[in-house]
Amino acid sequence: MLSFLFTGALILILFLLQTAVFPVLLPLRVLPNLLIILTASKGFMKGENAGMAVGFICGLLYDAFFGDVIGFYALLFTYVGFINGKFSRVFYPEDIKLPLALITVSDLTFGLTAYVFLFLIFGKLDFPYYFIHVILPETVVTMVATLAFYPIILKINEYLHKRQRKREY
Amino acid sequence: MSPIVKRKGEKFTLPSKWLLFILTIICTALMLFTFTTDFFDKPLGTIVGYALVPFEKGIGKAGGWFSSRKDEFTQIKSLIKENQSLKEEVARLTEENTLLQQDKYELNKLRQLFELDEQYEEYHKVGARIISRDSGNWYSAFVIDKGTDDGIMKDMNVIAGGGLVGRISAVGPNWARVTAIISDNANVSGMTLATEDNLIVSGSLKGMNEGVIYFSKLVDSKGAVKAGDKIVTSDISDKFLPGILIGYVLTVEPDNNNLTKSGTMIPAVDFEHLSEVLVITDQKQIIEE
Repeated sequence: MLSFLFTGALILILFLLQTAVFPVLLPLRVLPNLLIILTASKGFMKGENAGMAVGFICGLLYDAFFGDVIGFYALLFTYVGFINGKFSRVFYPEDIKLPLALITVSDLTFGLTAYVFLFLIFGKLDFPYYFIHVILPETVVTMVATLAFYPIILKINEYLHKRQRKREY
Repeated sequence: MSPIVKRKGEKFTLPSKWLLFILTIICTALMLFTFTTDFFDKPLGTIVGYALVPFEKGIGKAGGWFSSRKDEFTQIKSLIKENQSLKEEVARLTEENTLLQQDKYELNKLRQLFELDEQYEEYHKVGARIISRDSGNWYSAFVIDKGTDDGIMKDMNVIAGGGLVGRISAVGPNWARVTAIISDNANVSGMTLATEDNLIVSGSLKGMNEGVIYFSKLVDSKGAVKAGDKIVTSDISDKFLPGILIGYVLTVEPDNNNLTKSGTMIPAVDFEHLSEVLVITDQKQIIEE
């Protein structure tokens, strides 16, 4: 129960950071994708189901505000959660290399998929431009944001995990 | 602490493949539904409206305070200089104003003479504050803090600083999403003010980064349209009210077909520093068939 509350609060906070705080405070044209960080982290920390659930909620939230059709981002985030969940078996909390790599690849894939379904099919073929000006910068700032936010998500996860174990014994 | 974070106890019995399958079907169904109907827009809009908008309003206020403090420090110097030039301008404008007022009397007289319809005179407007921006980096859309409760409806036009910002593309009880005209999925039917030639203004991600928007399909056989010309929304646009300033022509080039021209224009609105907008509550008259 507590775990649900924490995760819900985390989704809410990151969404607000990403849509309301960062655009005002950061002088960047391209903003980090915090929801991807959360979805991917939940995936490789707690497995496919948790990743998918978090991804679905994040995506739905995003769709409700900014999506043209509801369900597109929800589906994309769900798959990000699922695929990252596959890596929960080889995940060690001390090692930041794997999470960083996974989140980077997730964001890159996310950007490419978004380009294909939102731009390419409408005849916007100038892929190098979109790659250099949107997808790549977003991946880079998301990597930087990962270094800041991933430890926090990890700490919360460890705390919840400890509580869970205490209750079980 | 053990090196491996154990996965949660096996309370969940649903295999992940099935969950993925179910969620995929739900999402696809949602997409198909919302593509054809607006059945889910309303309940979902209401939920997120009450869950998120209060937070965003607060954050928006705090963020505005912070950024205005930041601006204060950096701008004092330039303000002093600006003040001086502004004073000169005030003097000049006062003079101009008196002239214009004379013109206005004349205009009113002429209007009465011609019994002109006053539809361009004044639109009803509602002010709104931007509380959230599209977090994806693909489109330029933002959320304002007014919704159906304040009489805002879908497709209403949004302006700021005398220029066209965009139109309402989704609306909840206390929020509304504005799709900006610089957004990649936005097209506006416009015309040049001087020659009344119609053209299509299309937002684009590429242009957004360069601070311009593109226009195309301009029929201008005489070559009268040149850089600096004003472009306003056209009379034949079905979503936008006529006569709202969109921007100024920057470059004009003939298309390959030698019939139409296209080029770039600078929007009248500074989209980078937008915090308050006006929503025009008058809507374009729709002819029912």
